[in-house]
Amino acid sequence: MSLLGRLRSHDDTKPWTGAYAPYDLVKELCIAIGVIALLAILLTVLFSSPDEKPSTIAQWSRQQPVNFVAAAARELDSTSPTATYGPPYNHNGEGQHIAFIYLQKWLGVSHPIDTANDFVIDPLRTIPNDPTLQSAIAQYLAAPEKTQKAWGEAYAKPLEEYETANEEKKTPPKTVALDPTTGAVTVQASGAGPVPTMMSSLLALAKSGGLDGSLLTSNQFFQTDYTKPLLFMADGGLLSERAEGQHLLGKQWGMMNETGSYPGQTWLWLYTLWYQVEPFKASSNADILVMLVMSALSLALICIPFIPGIRSIPRKIPIYRLIWKEHYRAQQGV
Amino acid sequence: MSATPARPPSWTGRVREAAVDALPPEKLLPDTQPTYVASWIYVFGVASIASLVVIIASGCILALKGPAWWHYTGVGHFFNSIHLWAVELFFFVMVVHLWGKYWMAAWRGGRTRVWITGAVTFLVAIPCALTGYVSQQNFDAQWIATQAKDGLNSVGVGAFFNVTNFGQMYSYHVLLLPATVVALVVAHVLLVRRHGVVPPFALEDRAAASGAASTERDATLAIAEGPSAAADGPSS
Amino acid sequence: MSVMGAIINLNHPAHVVEWHFIQLSVANIVVIGLMIVVFVLAIVLPFPGAARRRGESS
Repeated sequence: MSLLGRLRSHDDTKPWTGAYAPYDLVKELCIAIGVIALLAILLTVLFSSPDEKPSTIAQWSRQQPVNFVAAAARELDSTSPTATYGPPYNHNGEGQHIAFIYLQKWLGVSHPIDTANDFVIDPLRTIPNDPTLQSAIAQYLAAPEKTQKAWGEAYAKPLEEYETANEEKKTPPKTVALDPTTGAVTVQASGAGPVPTMMSSLLALAKSGGLDGSLLTSNQFFQTDYTKPLLFMADGGLLSERAEGQHLLGKQWGMMNETGSYPGQTWLWLYTLWYQVEPFKASSNADILVMLVMSALSLALICIPFIPGIRSIPRKIPIYRLIWKEHYRAQQGV
Repeated sequence: MSATPARPPSWTGRVREAAVDALPPEKLLPDTQPTYVASWIYVFGVASIASLVVIIASGCILALKGPAWWHYTGVGHFFNSIHLWAVELFFFVMVVHLWGKYWMAAWRGGRTRVWITGAVTFLVAIPCALTGYVSQQNFDAQWIATQAKDGLNSVGVGAFFNVTNFGQMYSYHVLLLPATVVALVVAHVLLVRRHGVVPPFALEDRAAASGAASTERDATLAIAEGPSAAADGPSS
Repeated sequence: MSVMGAIINLNHPAHVVEWHFIQLSVANIVVIGLMIVVFVLAIVLPFPGAARRRGESS
């Protein structure tokens, strides 16, 4: 048998030549709309809907000042997840791939983000009447790249040690001091150049709410693109800490979940399942791999009528006998 | 008495004639159904449409007052809740409808396109919901956007579909994707009306008794096929 | 954050059921369970109008 012959199903379905009975489709639709509307209203009255307030950079900098400063230092240093992401934000990474297919890279940088300038230097430049800060910025920008890197690493090291100690529930090193009253973070790091001054000022700007605004505005007054503040926050710990509390992390099957105890997106069960199993779980290309699998399965869903075996299961497992029981009983009676 | 007009048919005339040929009024809005349409499973298709109506109606009310309204008024929150629960109901009944149609093998008898439009509707509804979730302007929206971007960026879609761009996502959610879903549902329903609800499987013994040699089957199908039972695709 | 007039407050961290590598919230399990129950009921329960359909087919 040819391939086309194999793809053709042995479909012996004949057009119906039997009896018809009255069936009011429009009335059925009106009843259905009424029932669904009532159900939706009932569920609303019983449960309402969740609305967890969004996080702001101001909150992040106040609740987790050391985490904020550490993340900001990584942005300045271009070592943060956003800075090294690659397309569509920058060319500092190749992005994910399957074999030789680098879709992320091929589609290019469509939303350029230079974390050092966009998240740190440009916002700092908006702070008026602070000659010390402006001269620190000038000093940083005038230095060669090698020097900037050395300053950044010197500053980041005690912060990394502090964060690791916190994660492992050990005593944090004294090189990082957090003033409980003012929330100011002092990092003892020799060879850090103007970086400590810049970071302290950025922390103060963040706490005032100025950094939220500064990251949102760009070269136009009206703005609806929250990419920069969201990426900066996602490089820190506040969003993920809140998410973990709400069972929204990837490893918690969070893609299916809603905040609180509300039902979520149950239809994403298969999409999130792959992330929990190997080889996807440990892969640095997990996203593109899962997308490939789900695209194939989605195509398969669309093409079920053409897939031998899958299209024959309903005939072989006779659930249809329950659905059409009245019809078959009537046929037996005739 | 009425003679066929001699003038060449206009585009309008041709569209009208094609539409009426494909779906004469009594086929578009029949008031009978085959007697085998006798199961509660059949209501899940219309329930899906009903859910979509409630989603769109509540969505229109939310759109009237803008995306921030529901955060600071009780009435706004009420309609947001209806919108969210209608979405949950929509996916609930649509998937039950899909299960039913699979177990009926409802693509049979030239109904491949009915299955395809239905499956594509389901798959388009998912990004439609995603754009809604990232348009909520709350913590859930922040988290979903910063997570979903990775999946989309990995396949290059993020280069032109930016889940952290609220303005873009809101536009997709309020106009582009619902319009696509509605267009797909209309095509799906019109195809169902054209081909009719899929008949039951012939029972095994009857199929065997009818002596289904392939040539005889093809001949039978050819006789049975009329203008109202146009088969398409390889499954005919 | 207030929940506008909800009778049952669902704004607390979800209870999660863990089984091997599967983690599902109770709410999602309820929804999936209900879908299966509704599907079974839909194909098992008799649909009204049987007499009318029988009358037409004779």
